[in-house]
Amino acid sequence: MDFEAVIGLEVHAELATQSKMFCACPVVDTTQTAPNSAVCQVCSGMPGTLPVLNQKAVEYGLRVALALDCQIAPFSIFARKNYFYPDLPKGYQISQYEQPLARIGRMTIVTSQGEKVIRIRRVHLEEDTGKLTHVGRNGQAYTLVDLNRAGVPLLEIVTEPDFRSAEEVRAYAEALRAILRYLGVNSGDMQKGVLRIEPNISLRPVVAAGFKPALLGTRVEVKNLNSFRALERAVAYQIQRQAELLEAGKVVQQVTLGWDEAKEVTVVQRVKESEDDYRYFPEPDLPPLAVEAGWVAQIRTSLPELPYARLQRLREQYDLSDYTAKLLVAEKSIADYFEQAVTAEPSVPAKSIANWISGELFGLMNQAGVDAAGLRVRPAALAGLVKLVSQGQINQDTARKVLAEMFASGEGAEEIVKKRGLGQVSDAGAIAQLVKDVLAEYPNEAAAYLSGKAGVANFLFGQVMKKAQGKANPQIVRRELELQLAEIKAD
Amino acid sequence: MNLELTDLTLMQAIEALRSGEISSRELTRACLERIEKLEPSLHAFLHLAAESALAQADEADRQQVTGDGQHKPLLGIPIAVKDVLAVEGLPCTAGSKILEGFVPPFTATAVKRLQEAGAIAIGKTNTDEFAMGSSTENSAYGMTHNPWDLTRVPGGSSGGSAAAVAARMVPAALGTDTGGSVRQPAAFCGVTGLKPTYGRVSRYGLVAYGSSLDVAGALGHTAEDVALLFSIMAGRDALDATTQDVAVPTIDLVGATLAVASGRGLAPPLHGLRIGVPREYFVRGIQVEVEAGVRQAVSVLEGLGAEVHEISLPHSEYALPVYYIISPAEASANLARYDGIRYGSRIQAEAMWDIFYRTRGRKFGAEVERRIMLGTYALSAGYYDAYYGQAQKVRTLIKRDFEQAFERVDVIAAPVAPTTAFPIGAHRDDPLAMYLEDVFTLPANLAGVPGLAFPVGFDGAGLPVGMQLMGQHFHEDVLLRAAHAYQQVTDWHMRAPSL
Ligand SMILES: [Zn+2]
Repeated sequence: MDFEAVIGLEVHAELATQSKMFCACPVVDTTQTAPNSAVCQVCSGMPGTLPVLNQKAVEYGLRVALALDCQIAPFSIFARKNYFYPDLPKGYQISQYEQPLARIGRMTIVTSQGEKVIRIRRVHLEEDTGKLTHVGRNGQAYTLVDLNRAGVPLLEIVTEPDFRSAEEVRAYAEALRAILRYLGVNSGDMQKGVLRIEPNISLRPVVAAGFKPALLGTRVEVKNLNSFRALERAVAYQIQRQAELLEAGKVVQQVTLGWDEAKEVTVVQRVKESEDDYRYFPEPDLPPLAVEAGWVAQIRTSLPELPYARLQRLREQYDLSDYTAKLLVAEKSIADYFEQAVTAEPSVPAKSIANWISGELFGLMNQAGVDAAGLRVRPAALAGLVKLVSQGQINQDTARKVLAEMFASGEGAEEIVKKRGLGQVSDAGAIAQLVKDVLAEYPNEAAAYLSGKAGVANFLFGQVMKKAQGKANPQIVRRELELQLAEIKAD
Repeated sequence: MNLELTDLTLMQAIEALRSGEISSRELTRACLERIEKLEPSLHAFLHLAAESALAQADEADRQQVTGDGQHKPLLGIPIAVKDVLAVEGLPCTAGSKILEGFVPPFTATAVKRLQEAGAIAIGKTNTDEFAMGSSTENSAYGMTHNPWDLTRVPGGSSGGSAAAVAARMVPAALGTDTGGSVRQPAAFCGVTGLKPTYGRVSRYGLVAYGSSLDVAGALGHTAEDVALLFSIMAGRDALDATTQDVAVPTIDLVGATLAVASGRGLAPPLHGLRIGVPREYFVRGIQVEVEAGVRQAVSVLEGLGAEVHEISLPHSEYALPVYYIISPAEASANLARYDGIRYGSRIQAEAMWDIFYRTRGRKFGAEVERRIMLGTYALSAGYYDAYYGQAQKVRTLIKRDFEQAFERVDVIAAPVAPTTAFPIGAHRDDPLAMYLEDVFTLPANLAGVPGLAFPVGFDGAGLPVGMQLMGQHFHEDVLLRAAHAYQQVTDWHMRAPSL
């Protein structure tokens, strides 16, 4: 029997607000901050304390919901999700349940199979929990609690079970990350846990077209995936594993899984005996969250152009390849950089600028571990460099060296070219003299060429370029070489 | 001046302090001495802050002389604070072993506002554990005794505060009211106690029991005293999202009349005031002297110019079951934080979960445990709709009862409790009988309307009889005005127990 995977995603994105969701504590990088240094009586759940909603968190949530084409609820309700765990100071998490911030949205993803629309079921606000560290020492085990993360605003984004492959899951995750970064609400750093993606996977038999879909099999969840690669592998692994179990007539257990990065297998974290009962009820400490239409409209107009729309526009407006356009829009700052460069030098083909960014510049940035914010080459300066190349003032090789220097010093292209005397020699007279010298130096090679060994031309060309220290205009060199050889032959 | 300083009402004490007749140190010391004398028989307090109180009194006296404290209406006044309200630096146990040793690093907004107005927190008063009870018998630190009869309960859960005021240990005190916990002990102890509108006084720093019902209130000898404390505590607080931005009545100290933003005042007579008497509050088997006392008081109000109408609050009989679903449900979540990990006391164990189980299993009292179980059950999957969901619907009907009644009347007059103070242990083995003590006070909490209890007489055993007035949301001033008028022509509120 053939099986089809049915996959839904739950994404938890921390919102990069200044302060926590319900108190004035700062939101800090919990991997870099001393434990329990960003904690107050509210987020540590002291008796008598009350939550006060951070409006910025709501605004950030609305940005995402609007970017995902969701319907915004004019009133949404906070609810208490009750369970005991030492990383949950109040014994309940303030979340949203029956009436979330937004629902019914959509996002288009692009895979090797083409475009596909993924439906968003709901988007809701909640608070993050603290972090536990289990320490074992000399057989004595204990647990440390860090509440720096407790109360950090989280946005939960839940899709419909619209994914059929690991590739689709990854495409969605990457596209969502790009959106979050475009909106400036999340750094997208999965390693640090600020973006947590949890797939739930089940299989069902494939039925012939026109028949009612088969019932879904048991659903398993995978948690603690800290890279796109891990996400894709884990999903692919589970699809295969479940298919094998079902083929063998075995049952899939309802479990929560983790991902073993080293072994590339999923491992059981928790067997679910029954559905958890969180005893949700409306949070009496917070009035219903009213979101006025005017506010929504204001946020909507302030949204930046989103990655997918920008991809389409860049492709068409600048005649870029799909591949190059994708590379540029992956980060908003890079796409902005590209368009600033294009604007700075309208006479330079945008395509060339795009190629220089996605090729040479990315190479230098990766090597140095520098991002767009730390880049010393200004967009106009890069455009200036590409202009020198397209005008034939320097050749590609020289331009590469100049860019490396611009990257290190932040100087302009023209400055460097002038200072170093790197300007390309295009003076036909000067080049003619160089060619004459080379032909005089290598009479045998010239004779060999004239007797029909065409390959020797490259050797002679190389010798001329060498004499010119690489600065000669190659087209003129070639033309002059052919001209003088023809003259020798005629003699 | 040679009177007992502790007999002064709040207003009298303020006058005496302002005129320089007495000092705050004298007043505070007198309170501390009386507390020391009576505590062995009453046990109204869980913690005393004698030293810091005297230090604050000296500072108040300095400010009184220099004029620095001119704008502080409560400068140098000692008050007692129920032990469910946080005061920075003072222990806060909520009457529970699980919070033993907890000293909050912050002060409840209601207390803070009084402190900023010059009041001195002299100590923390006894309460039923987490304010769950009607007699203080559920306090983990021993019960409080009624100053009028030491074999009887003072009511609860703010029994410590009510007893402390009645016994003249302090001129005034703070309590909290979730289902009658200010009004019922006020009635049992013969003092005046206000439960403000829900959302009127900040709950920040109030150890939560039933979050949609809890409100901090004041207890004192007179409506004026309570009005002054209320007007200072009340008002929107940025730390409590459920507080409302509604104009708060202010006190004109010179004339000692309540000048209200809306133009209403405290002065009698009560011409034009429409008082409703709900028939549902008199059909139960209430103590004859309670019903007689209330009806007598209503006719006094009538004599002061009020019109009296019989009204109906038809869903009153459902208040008890609704309350005992909603408040335990909220409590089951509110009390989940007490796990022994971050504060309070802990029973150490090898395994993490055992710390939870043992700490919670042994440090909560029986009544708290019962309500956590009830609430957990009411919220559980499969039961939610039948219990919590249904209770919320009926709560809406109870609210509507009040809204409809307030189309016809300004104030509703009713008994506070079916009986006067009952003997210690009377309901010890019968939680349901104890719950019935709150049957007349619960509706105001469920509807969120204000309620004011004050003494209107005594029964044959010499125990105070109380009456409550309930009003529209944010119309506390109407209740206070009526009670003030009543207290101008009666002296029940000035009677003191012989101790
Ligand atoms: Zn905090």
